[in-house]
Amino acid sequence: MISWLSSSDAGALLLSLKLASINTLLLLLLTAPLAWWLARTRCRLRPVIEAVVALPLILPPTVLGFYLLLFLGPNGWGGQLMQLLGGHPLTFSFAGLVIASMIYSLPFAVQPLQNAFQSAGGRHLEVAATLRAGPVDRFFSVTLPLARRGIITAAVLVFAHTLGEFGVILMIGGNIPDVTQVASIAIYDHVEALDYSAAHSLSIILVAIAFTLLLGVYTLNRRFRLLGSSP
Amino acid sequence: MSIELKLQIERPEFKLSIDTVIPKRGITALFGPSGAGKTSVLRCIAGLERHPARIQVSANVWQDDKHFLPPHLRSVAYVFQEPSLLPHLSVQGNLEYGFKRVPKQQRHIQFDNTVELLGLSALLHRNTEQLSGGQRQRVAIARALLTSPQLLLMDEPLASLDDDSKASILNYIDEVQQQLNIPTLYVTHSTSEIVRLADHLIMLDAGQVIAEGEINELLTRGDLPLAHHADAGVMLKGTVAAHDDQFHLTVLDVPGGQLAVSKKNIAIGAPVRARLLARDISLALIKPEQSSIQNILNARIHALIDDADPAQVLIKLKLDGGYCLARITRRALSKLALNVGMEVFAQVKSVAVVSNQ
Repeated sequence: MISWLSSSDAGALLLSLKLASINTLLLLLLTAPLAWWLARTRCRLRPVIEAVVALPLILPPTVLGFYLLLFLGPNGWGGQLMQLLGGHPLTFSFAGLVIASMIYSLPFAVQPLQNAFQSAGGRHLEVAATLRAGPVDRFFSVTLPLARRGIITAAVLVFAHTLGEFGVILMIGGNIPDVTQVASIAIYDHVEALDYSAAHSLSIILVAIAFTLLLGVYTLNRRFRLLGSSP
Repeated sequence: MSIELKLQIERPEFKLSIDTVIPKRGITALFGPSGAGKTSVLRCIAGLERHPARIQVSANVWQDDKHFLPPHLRSVAYVFQEPSLLPHLSVQGNLEYGFKRVPKQQRHIQFDNTVELLGLSALLHRNTEQLSGGQRQRVAIARALLTSPQLLLMDEPLASLDDDSKASILNYIDEVQQQLNIPTLYVTHSTSEIVRLADHLIMLDAGQVIAEGEINELLTRGDLPLAHHADAGVMLKGTVAAHDDQFHLTVLDVPGGQLAVSKKNIAIGAPVRARLLARDISLALIKPEQSSIQNILNARIHALIDDADPAQVLIKLKLDGGYCLARITRRALSKLALNVGMEVFAQVKSVAVVSNQ
């Protein structure tokens, strides 16, 4: 029933992993300041921003995909901006997929980071300040180590969630082999073509990857608890 | 070196104003009831809270109308009420955190000495979670000291500890003070802690300084509540004069004479402090020769103070180099016709000795 991966399936799988890796890296770097701000601020706009960040959790991926298509397409602001800068519209391109994935996975990065920064702050930062550590020093020597569990959780969730993307990618990226055809879409293709064995091979690999990632997170959490060094 | 502190805190329903100079030697206790704003004062000095203030340590202005030095640039160490050790670092990591961030030429407090002083040698490689409450606070104190601060702030460092740990930490704080002599501002609402530790006292109430000065001076002032406690009394500073092996006694030189106490294993010449409670002191006009009370100090009556109990009266006595209090009955006062300026003999029924050894 299970067959070896065809070269196009292997390409789709690699594309999925590449998308998930790039998305995880960019999203963590870009959302860390936002999560930090949300964890610290007393601004009255905070609930509004938190709600916007959480939107991708409940919106159907097709809705996100639809608006991204409008925004990034040749007639959208994003698309026109790209053309002004001398580029092509981002729809049906890998760069477009990255942008879409970042928005789709936004809450999976922001929420764990925000929680981590909230619990990794306060008194410990004051202690560090009285021990001569400046603000940047405090971030790297206190906040990051105390928030590491949240950071790892955010990274794994974003990575796994990106692997499982389907609707948004279909809307914005279409199904171009080696450009926008990721594993989840290749599986859909195989099922439509009644090629169950190819669908099976890809699916079982995705299951294995997802399980390994989650097992890693839970084992790590357990170790942190045993060490008693969780914040 | 001097530490000038002028500070105003205004919050809804709370105002605090302080204008004082913190002595450059010894422990100054900031003493007052809960909610008097003591912690806010410390936080402001450390730069953790910002209020209108002028803070100058030696020639360095930490804060005034124009300047505000952030906490990490102030040469101040802070021991919080809870030890607040950094949980991702070992004991050694915690100790080194501040130590490494102080430039080498400014480190006048050595790492190994401090570790030894606070009895932490065996704990260096422990995880902070494995420590008892007292051990954690010792690490926190050592960690603070290792930044070689010009000023040490302690915010009720004993509050979260059990009685045994309290006694032990008090000894460590004493020892640190004697060996390193860092000006210390110590926040507490405990009378026993100020009597035990403080050299100087700033009393806060309702956001105002109601009195400040040398500890025994304030402990014996009739207009302050301290003199009216059931445990009112003084802490006399003295030294060990001799040991008497025959009667198992140690003799102390204190202001006003000598006191013999049960034999202590303290070197001759070592500094000690003797706690004399007002209720344990009685007065005689002629030196009593036929009395079981052998500890007698020469004193002169400095003031008569009304006590809360109308049957009693507090006598403030001037010793040679200090003060103490005696609580006697009004009848005795009248029978002996005691009055200000008279020479008397203070018979001391009981002495508690405090020392680090």
